[in-house]
Amino acid sequence: MRRLPLASAALGVLALVIASLFIGGYDIGPRSLFTDPDAREMFLISRVPRTLALILAAAAMAVSGVIMQMLVQNRFVEPTTTGTSEWAALGVLLLTVLTPGASLLVKMGAASLFAFAGALVFLVVLSRIALKSQVIVPIVGIMLGALVSSVTVYIASSTQLLQMLATWRSGGFSSVVRGSYEPLWAVGAIVVGLYVAADRFTIAGLGRDTAVSLGLPYRRILFTGLTMVALATGVTTVVVGFIPFLGLIVPNLVSMARGDDIRRNLPWVVLASVALMIVCDLVGRLVVFPMEIPATLVLGAVGAVMFVAMILRQRGKAHV
Amino acid sequence: MSETRPPTAATAPHDKATSDAGPAGGAAAPRKGLPVAARLALAAGLVAVAVVLFLFLFIEGTFAFAFERRLTVLGTMVIVAFAHAVGTVVFQTITHNRILTPSIMGFDAVYILTQTLLVAVFGGSVLAATDGMPKLVTQTLLMVCFTMLLFRWLFSGRNGSIHVMLLVGVVLGLAFRSLSDFLQRLLSPSEHDVLATRLFGRLTSAEVGYLPLAGAVCLIVGAVVWHRRYRLDTLLLGRETATSLGIAHKRELTVMLLLVSLLIAMSTALAGPMTFFGFVTAMLAYQFAGTHRHAVVLPMAFLIGLLTLVGGQFVMEHVFYASGMLTVVIEFLGGAVFLVHLLRKGSL
Repeated sequence: MRRLPLASAALGVLALVIASLFIGGYDIGPRSLFTDPDAREMFLISRVPRTLALILAAAAMAVSGVIMQMLVQNRFVEPTTTGTSEWAALGVLLLTVLTPGASLLVKMGAASLFAFAGALVFLVVLSRIALKSQVIVPIVGIMLGALVSSVTVYIASSTQLLQMLATWRSGGFSSVVRGSYEPLWAVGAIVVGLYVAADRFTIAGLGRDTAVSLGLPYRRILFTGLTMVALATGVTTVVVGFIPFLGLIVPNLVSMARGDDIRRNLPWVVLASVALMIVCDLVGRLVVFPMEIPATLVLGAVGAVMFVAMILRQRGKAHV
Repeated sequence: MSETRPPTAATAPHDKATSDAGPAGGAAAPRKGLPVAARLALAAGLVAVAVVLFLFLFIEGTFAFAFERRLTVLGTMVIVAFAHAVGTVVFQTITHNRILTPSIMGFDAVYILTQTLLVAVFGGSVLAATDGMPKLVTQTLLMVCFTMLLFRWLFSGRNGSIHVMLLVGVVLGLAFRSLSDFLQRLLSPSEHDVLATRLFGRLTSAEVGYLPLAGAVCLIVGAVVWHRRYRLDTLLLGRETATSLGIAHKRELTVMLLLVSLLIAMSTALAGPMTFFGFVTAMLAYQFAGTHRHAVVLPMAFLIGLLTLVGGQFVMEHVFYASGMLTVVIEFLGGAVFLVHLLRKGSL
């Protein structure tokens, strides 16, 4: 009986997944899958990878948000508000300049490494400054991101890669086909990993001193968490570009509704972010049919509004 | 209140910065080193030397042509330095924060978005074709409107917090940026090239025609800020103290923010976005002024900003032969200084 809400939510997401599979420029119905080999081929090359990429990327960003919010103990952080995404972008750009022919996997490695460095820099800066208010934390992160981004943009402009950078940052799922999304499965492993280690992150989220006094290897958890975030951010950024605000909104909404038990929240966080991502993608595909607006852009708009609403709500409750 | 100085303002200590501001900044400690007048005179002298060097040295070809071009660049530098220096110092005073710069409120994002939108809707030639006074004014007003709306919306409530306002500005800025990214990928490469030149600070390509208007705006804003310099000193004491000393805190904040956004918006429309330049000038100004009085810090910041731009341009042009790179270098170094300063100061 307790699992009923979760099961019905899962069914709802499944309906969205099916909708995502069968809506698009190339007309594929459930029946033509059996009768038309071309349609089946198209379905497997484009639709299935796209939908899988949507699911995995959404889960990745949501989980990154959860981990960062626990480690930093601040509700307003996630890869785009800590500069981590900007670092990943710098990594990819540098690799593109130095070895233009590098494979996708190498690019992801570079992006993840830089994202890791970026998350570390953010944590170091954060640990060295006294915080007068919760909202200062994302301001620090975004300023750091702006700093990195100015370097990235300068390198891009002096190597004629500026437009490529813009294309690639605004990414989206339209170019996802078989053969280009598979590394995202690694992200699936990260989600499982987080589920296993969830309780430790919950305790780490109480703060360093509490965690240490409870006998937790705090540094190791911090390192593991950062590695997970960096991998998720790096891989997702390379495959689909920046996914703004997802990791911030969904975990917070779930926490507001259900409290802060990570392990019990995790299924809800993943389901809700997948649903949000697919809805954004469908909106982007249907509004200007048969063209499309990248899901990331729709999410950016929706996310900004929801983020602002969250800040204002927080302000209404207590002074920030 | 306007011309009579409140007794506490003369030695107004900044909120928590007194400890690391050295002996000169403290309320009780006597000032060491040069008197302020000498400090200002020294800075002005350095600026004068830099200006003369910049205007007259290494002229190749006809004197008249090169001189006129250099005068235009110098005029732009004066305006940019003034806007960022005064804008940042005032902004830091009203936000009670020595590290933030007004650019953080999303000016750059609004500017980039409007430029990108123009090219995306009307094509690449539109940028050159519509350049002119009306566009400069429209662009400036758009950015001012953005910050004032933000301010009205977020600061007018009972729980108004300047940090919340900043954060919302930053978030909207992120959203604008992702919209700009999307629009930019729709452009043809040649259109994008035209646009790309506008997305950086550029001191060397301003039109002579804009300078009188921009200069007039600077003069007017400068006069208003100068007139209110003691009120600014009082604002440093914090909302409660300032209010009890007879300052209409919110009204003062509104006026100052309007002026700041006018300055930064105009400078951005004129010479492109610069994020960290204002931070560097304000920081150096506080170090060299040896006091927190706005009557000293404001002119000092302006002089230091101008010295950075003129001297920097001279060095870039004749030592590194890279005349277009100044803003990039300043932004990069400024960003690095920002990071180091953030770590050393230990609070934002």
